[in-house]
Amino acid sequence: MTSYLFDAAYLIAAVLFILGLMALNSPKTARRGIFMAEIGMFMAVVGTLLRKEIVSFEWIIVGFIIGSLIGGAMAIWMPMTAMPQRIALSHSFGALAAALVGIVKYHEHAPNIDSALMAVVGFEVLLGSLTVTGSLMAFGKLQELIKGAPVVYKFQNISNIILFFGTVSLFIILIINPGLTALFYVIIAAGLLLGVLIVLPIGGADMPVVLALLNSYSGLAAAATGFAIDNKMLIIAGALDGASGFFLSMMMSKAMNRSFTNVLFGAVGSVKQNQAGEAGEKTVTSYTTEDVSYILENAQSVIIIPGYGMAVAQAQHVLQELASMLIARGTQVRYAIHPVAGRMPGHMNVLLAEANVPYDLLCEPDQINNDFPNTDVVIVVGANDVVNPAARYKKDSPLYGMPIFDADKARTIVILKRSLKAGFAGEDNELFYDKKTMMVFGDAKQSLMSLVQLLKENAPVLAN
Amino acid sequence: MNNSIFDSIYILILAGFVGYEVIRRVTPLLHTPLMSATNAISGISLVGSLVAAGSNQSFLSTLLGFIAVTASTINVVGGFMITDRMLRLFKRKEDNRP
Repeated sequence: MTSYLFDAAYLIAAVLFILGLMALNSPKTARRGIFMAEIGMFMAVVGTLLRKEIVSFEWIIVGFIIGSLIGGAMAIWMPMTAMPQRIALSHSFGALAAALVGIVKYHEHAPNIDSALMAVVGFEVLLGSLTVTGSLMAFGKLQELIKGAPVVYKFQNISNIILFFGTVSLFIILIINPGLTALFYVIIAAGLLLGVLIVLPIGGADMPVVLALLNSYSGLAAAATGFAIDNKMLIIAGALDGASGFFLSMMMSKAMNRSFTNVLFGAVGSVKQNQAGEAGEKTVTSYTTEDVSYILENAQSVIIIPGYGMAVAQAQHVLQELASMLIARGTQVRYAIHPVAGRMPGHMNVLLAEANVPYDLLCEPDQINNDFPNTDVVIVVGANDVVNPAARYKKDSPLYGMPIFDADKARTIVILKRSLKAGFAGEDNELFYDKKTMMVFGDAKQSLMSLVQLLKENAPVLAN
Repeated sequence: MNNSIFDSIYILILAGFVGYEVIRRVTPLLHTPLMSATNAISGISLVGSLVAAGSNQSFLSTLLGFIAVTASTINVVGGFMITDRMLRLFKRKEDNRP
C-alpha cells in the first residue's frame, strides 16, 4: 500500500516539473512555475526519505547541510555576469551525482549484473564522467582559468574519433562480460578524458552551444540513473532536461550560423581574416559624443542593440540611465536582443533586467526587425556580427545566412566601439563605413556617461 | 527486467517529445532562467543518491552516496534559489520600482 503512495508522490512530482517549465512561457507566471517545481522536488525527496531501504540518515543530513550551504552561497553571491560559469559548474555537479550513483549500482550487483542493467549503468557512468570533465573545462574557459582560445593540434579530430569508438567498443565488451570490473573503470577514465578533449578545441564564442549541449548530457545522465534504479519520475525529469538542452543548442547554433557538427568538430574561432585588403580603401568618419547627443535630442524613436562588449564594459546601468532619460523626453526606446548577445542563451536579458530595464522593452529579432526603417537612431553598444549586413548577401562570408538585425535600414546608426576590429566571425563590417553611421570610438561606458551628461546639460527635461 | 526497460524507454521518448514542445514555447527572454531551472530539476538524481547514501550497503556506497547527495543538493537548492533571484529581476514598465 505505502509503495503506491511513494509512486503517487513521484507521479505528482513529474507533473509539477512539466507544469513548472510550461509556466516559463511568460515572466508573469514564471515564478509561480518555479514554485511548483520546488514543491515537486520536495515531494520527491520526502517520498524517497520515507522508503524503507533508507535506514541511516546521518550522512544524508551532512550532505544536505553542506550542499545547501554551498548552493545557497553561490545563488546569493554569484554575480549575474558569472551565470554561464555557474551553470557549467552545476552541470558538472549533476553529472557527478549521476556517475557516482552508477558506480554504487554497479558494485551492488557486480559480478552478477545482467547485461541490460550493465548497459544502463554503463551509459549513466560514461555520460556522467564525460559531462563532469567537459563542464569543468567549460567552467575553466568561461572563468578564464584556462585559455579561452581553441586548442588545436594535429590529428585532433581523428584521435578523438578513435578514442570515442574505442570507448564504445570497450563498453560493448563490458555489456557482454559485466564482471570485468577493471574494464568498468577504464571506461570511466575514458569518459573523463573524452570530456576534456571535446571541449578543448571549442572557442569562447561557441560556449553557448557547448553549455546547452552539456545541459542536455547532464539531463540524459539523470535519465539513465532513472533506468538504473527503475524510477520513472527520474526518467521524465532527465528527459525534460535533455530535451531542453537539445532545443537550446539547436537554437543557438542556428543563431550563430553554425552547424552542430561544425561546433563539435570544427575547432571554430580560428577563422582566417580574409578581408585584409578591402578595409583600407574605405573611410570611416569618427564622431564625438556631442554630435550624437544632438541627434538623440531630436530622435522620435531609438533602438538599442547591446552585445557582450556592453556587459564586459559593465555599461548596462549607464545605458539604462540614458534610455530612461530619452523615455522621459517622450522618445520611444526599445532594446533589440539577439540570441547570441551574451555568453549563454538569454544571458543579455538577465543582465539588462538586473539594470532595471523593464522586460517589455526587450525585443527579439522577429518582433523588431520590421521597425528599423522607421527608426531614427539605432545605438549599437559592443555588438558587431549581429548587425553585419554581409550576412544577408555575401555568400562566401562565414556570417552568410545568420539572422541579423537590419540596423542599416535605420535613419542614423550610432556605433560605440573601441576599434574597427572585426567580430568573432572575422568578417569586416561594412556598416562602419556607411554614410549614415556615426562611429564613436572609445570605452562604451565612458561614451555613454558622457552622453548622459550632455543630454542633462543641453536639454534639461522640465520637471513634470 | 526486459519488459520494464521497454516501458522506461517509452517514457523517456514521450517525455522527450513533451519536453521539446514545452521548451519550444518558453520565451527567449527567460532562456537563462530556463537553463538554471532544468539544472535544478536534474538535481533529481538526489533521489538515487539518497538511496545510495542511506541504505547501509557498504562503506563505498555510503561514501559515494554522500558525495552524490552533496553535489545534487548544491544543484537543487542553488538552482532553485538562483532561478528565483533571476526571475525577480524581470519587471514591467508599470511595476513600481523602489
